[in-house]
Amino acid sequence: MIELSAAIALGLLALSLAAAAMRGLSAASAVVYGTSAAFSLALALAGVWTLATQAGAQGVHLPIGLPWIGAHLTLDALSAVFLMLLGVGGAAASVFAIGYGRHEHEPHRVLPFYPGFLGAMTMVVLAGDAFTFLLSWEVMSLLSWALVLTNHRAEETRAAGYLYLVMAGFGTMVLLLAFGLMAGPEGGYEFEAMRTVERSPALAVLVLALMMIGAGSKAGLLPLHVWLPAAHPAAPSHVSALMSGVMTKVALYGFIRVAFDLLGPVPWWMSVPVIVAGALTAVVGILFANIDGDGKRVLAYSTIENIGVIFAALGLALAFRANGMPALAALALTAGLIHAMNHMLFKSLLFMVAGAVLNATGRRDLDGLGGLIHRMPKTAVLALVGVTAISALPPLNGFVSEWLLFQAVLQSPKLSQPGLQFLVPAAGGLLALAAALAAAAFVRFYGVIFLGRARSDEARDAHEVDRWSLGAMAGLALLCVLAGILPGVLIDLVAPAVDLAVGAHLPMQANNNWFTLVPVAVVHSSYSGLLVMVFVVFSGGASAWLVHRLASRRLRRAPAWDCGFPNADPVTQYGAGSFSQPIRRVMAPVLAARETVVMPPPGDATPARHEVQTEDLAWARLYLPIIAAIDYATTRLNALQFLTIRRYLSLVFGSLVLLLTGLAIWN
Amino acid sequence: MELIGNLLLQAVQMLIVLALAPGLTGLVRKIKARLLRRRGASILQPYRDLARLMRKEVVLAENASWLFRVSPYTIFAATWVAAALVPTFAIGLHFSWTADLIAIVALLGSARFFLALAGMDVGTSFGGLGASREMMIGALAEPAMLLMVFTVALVAGSTELSNVVAFMESGEVGIRVSMGMALIALTIVALAENARIPVDNPATHLELTMVHEAMVLEYSGRHLAMIELAASLKLLLYMALIGCIFVPWGIAPATAGVGELVAGFAFFLAKLAVGGTLLAVFETSVAKMRVFRVPDFIGAALMLGLLGTLLLFVSRSL
Amino acid sequence: MSSYAFDISHLLAGGLVLVSFMMIYQDRMYALLNTFALQAVLLGLAVAWQAFTQEAPHLYATAAIALVFKALIVPWALHRVVARMGIQRTVETVTGVMPTMLAGMGLVALSILLMLQLTEAAENALAREDLAFALSVILLGMLMMVTRRNAVTQVVGFMSLENGLILAAAGAQGMPLVVEISVAFSVLIAMIVIGVFLFRIRERFDSVDTEALDAFRGERQ
Repeated sequence: MIELSAAIALGLLALSLAAAAMRGLSAASAVVYGTSAAFSLALALAGVWTLATQAGAQGVHLPIGLPWIGAHLTLDALSAVFLMLLGVGGAAASVFAIGYGRHEHEPHRVLPFYPGFLGAMTMVVLAGDAFTFLLSWEVMSLLSWALVLTNHRAEETRAAGYLYLVMAGFGTMVLLLAFGLMAGPEGGYEFEAMRTVERSPALAVLVLALMMIGAGSKAGLLPLHVWLPAAHPAAPSHVSALMSGVMTKVALYGFIRVAFDLLGPVPWWMSVPVIVAGALTAVVGILFANIDGDGKRVLAYSTIENIGVIFAALGLALAFRANGMPALAALALTAGLIHAMNHMLFKSLLFMVAGAVLNATGRRDLDGLGGLIHRMPKTAVLALVGVTAISALPPLNGFVSEWLLFQAVLQSPKLSQPGLQFLVPAAGGLLALAAALAAAAFVRFYGVIFLGRARSDEARDAHEVDRWSLGAMAGLALLCVLAGILPGVLIDLVAPAVDLAVGAHLPMQANNNWFTLVPVAVVHSSYSGLLVMVFVVFSGGASAWLVHRLASRRLRRAPAWDCGFPNADPVTQYGAGSFSQPIRRVMAPVLAARETVVMPPPGDATPARHEVQTEDLAWARLYLPIIAAIDYATTRLNALQFLTIRRYLSLVFGSLVLLLTGLAIWN
Repeated sequence: MELIGNLLLQAVQMLIVLALAPGLTGLVRKIKARLLRRRGASILQPYRDLARLMRKEVVLAENASWLFRVSPYTIFAATWVAAALVPTFAIGLHFSWTADLIAIVALLGSARFFLALAGMDVGTSFGGLGASREMMIGALAEPAMLLMVFTVALVAGSTELSNVVAFMESGEVGIRVSMGMALIALTIVALAENARIPVDNPATHLELTMVHEAMVLEYSGRHLAMIELAASLKLLLYMALIGCIFVPWGIAPATAGVGELVAGFAFFLAKLAVGGTLLAVFETSVAKMRVFRVPDFIGAALMLGLLGTLLLFVSRSL
Repeated sequence: MSSYAFDISHLLAGGLVLVSFMMIYQDRMYALLNTFALQAVLLGLAVAWQAFTQEAPHLYATAAIALVFKALIVPWALHRVVARMGIQRTVETVTGVMPTMLAGMGLVALSILLMLQLTEAAENALAREDLAFALSVILLGMLMMVTRRNAVTQVVGFMSLENGLILAAAGAQGMPLVVEISVAFSVLIAMIVIGVFLFRIRERFDSVDTEALDAFRGERQ
């Protein structure tokens, strides 16, 4: 399987070059996306095959890259899980793009980078040494940056691209440091060698902290998330789907690979920052999703939330592992992995929905949409599946992973550190808050876009999207439902990976009655998505049938009642801003929300204005000071540009003497 | 044979909650009326209302979509399934392992989700107003509920209600401050979730204060009947939940005979009567809060849930 | 000790913490005073229960003092103060209720964590638990004093803090009655002094908002 996967990864990279050569060809788009879809599907199958057969780690050594290292590629269970995730997400995005790509104005700005982006992500997941990992990581960052800049004429896209480039560079630098520390003085850059190195606890802590920063900045962990809501929505929608659905998971893969596989034991208290950062990220991310007025930005903020949830699960797994409880660590890690998979499914679906809406109306701002359920009925049904799933509502898949995570949280009293015993329930409360706020955010998302009356001419004249796009969305929606009612299949699939990471896995679920989930014997709890689905469908259908049959089936259309004062102007509906008002007020301190009412003076006929300002506190408190400091320093250092030759020479001389002195002291 | 018996018992439970739910609503209304020195409508009035609504034709807003028409049944089904999984007169029913307490809470969340969507469907300002406030209240009530679930689960060692009840009945619990806090938290959540005073007023049609009513403003006929029935079921569900966790006495064990089942049913009726009376007394004695005071109220439940969990560690670690 | 005795004591002490939270939640003056009286009653019961289980009759006296002074006299006096000043409607908080409650949550967690670690050696489970709860009550009282502007509310916070001290003393099984009585009286005198000051402050500044005093601090002149 590894040979196949490696060949596909290289094939995808080569496809990028081919796409660059095909510039101007009218069929280029279909060819590139079609091939990408086929390759991705093969990757997914390779991942599933590896997991299903429980094949051990397979490696291959390619003579490319640094001469004395080459490139090691390995495919073990953990890689396979993410290979499966990447393959499914890539295939869906590519199929969607076959239809979506027809509307692209400048295909040559997307096509050469798209397959390479997929290929680079595959290489990250397959990498078996630090060099390959970091190189692929950087290629992935740069290609996604190029994709973000597709619509480079918009000012805000350029700003987003710049911010993304800076943050990506910073992240890679931190990762470089982390891998350098892990390799140690001997310089064993192969993962195999890193596993055997003995490290002091202090070093392990430092590496884990660096990984949190490096991988966290790519995944969107607070406070390194600021680029994400700007960059993800700026890209074309199928790329947004890949970035949010898949690339963030590749970043998570990096964290899991290091924290659970390469690094060895970590002190228990290192799980605290992971749990805290995860829970806070979840709440803050979803709060901003609740107030943002741009559909794709809402989705990007919700990605931040889900990353927070997954990080909290990983932190919990670290805590259980440090306490020598592999079964419970397996529960938490399974919750994290399943949630990563689920998030890929519904977030990709929703980004495609946003893309379809963008295609049909040309608008992303929620307040310009509305009533699309009448104009785009099929998209509306698929979007409904997506929002129900992402709001963690049974019987769909989002709830399954939340449920597993809460079961893990409930086991926290077994931890032996009082600090963790207190922290974990509190974090659980935050996660529950995030889940409930997610439901609010997606009622708003769906309600404002699809329900009500059209708020603009574009929305009124919208049309259904093409079959390819619908097909991709339908596939993802189907997977959301299947993963919700048959979660045991997925849990059994990832079991080998969990085993690899924490040394235990959940009991096999496949043989349970009715596909019930019974995670750990000690939990004494079970949940059957299938039965809940059957019950709800049956009782809903039966009651509807009975009512229609026995009581009344008459129906008359009439104007809306609206308490007797219907107003024909669609502006009188609740819009995105008004819907978020209660939550914005309740959470005003976190959002730094300020509301001002501008009243015209008496006699003035201009309307009064209600203005709301919100601010990302991380940006205001952390980034702006850093930017100001850099500004200040660069202004000062600017003087260095205008020195005389004698002064330049003395600078060079001075630093030489300083270095020599340093050397003398060092020895 | 045993399977048939079990299935029958489960079906009885589902029908009992359905049959009793409007009666409970009627009882609360009756007692409230008596407390205000009115005669009040008969306890059976909600049944008559439902029958009347069922027979009437539906007047549908012109731009209502299919979602608007499907939602009442979805809301009803989700609430009914949730209510059927809460132990009322017996535990260990055939499908009781299908969903634990967390899943029951989430099922109610599904019902709320569709209700809010339906409120936004017609595109009136009231529908949106109700939906946005409902989601705000839900966003705070749900974590409070889950923290309460944590407390209970930490005491009982399970989130599955049948196990919880069995543990609570066993008397190993003792008097726990944490459980008291959980009870207060659950009561606050129940008031908020069921749109009762002081969070919302089920009897009002005053635009600025209503939440639940604003969402269902456009509904009529059988659709409205389904939603009203679902609301009654939800009230019954919360009563049964409080009853089975905090006053579990009388609930028939898993291997009960007919006698115990009948006794359990009698106990359940008594609990409902007491709960309904307490609710009516409480609702008559407090005033409705303004909307932006509600977060503090539910926030108190959230804190109590968390405090209950914390205090539990005190007694555990001794 | 029987688990029954332990349960009751746990219930009463936990109830004190709960009432402290209720006081933070209140935003009406009379409701706050009533809650304070409730806390004093609970304190009286908790101390009396300690007296019963420890078979220490002098604790009955403590309980009686708590009941008489704190549940009756002090709330009654404060009621009159509030009524005469006409400030019954408001409790000005520095921050909102929710942040204060969150901070209170953290304080309770801290005190439980601290007390369980510090008293690991102690035999008596009840005393350990009482100490944890007492520290919570003390910290919550202090929290109330720093987050409220109104002088009357600050007095209530102070009294509530003192309730925590008595709970700790009763649980520790060692405080002599003399100390007990003198503490009670000093608190009463403090209350009288503060009461007098309250009226003086209001005469001068037309408000009992203590931040009004800031402008008149010596060092700012």
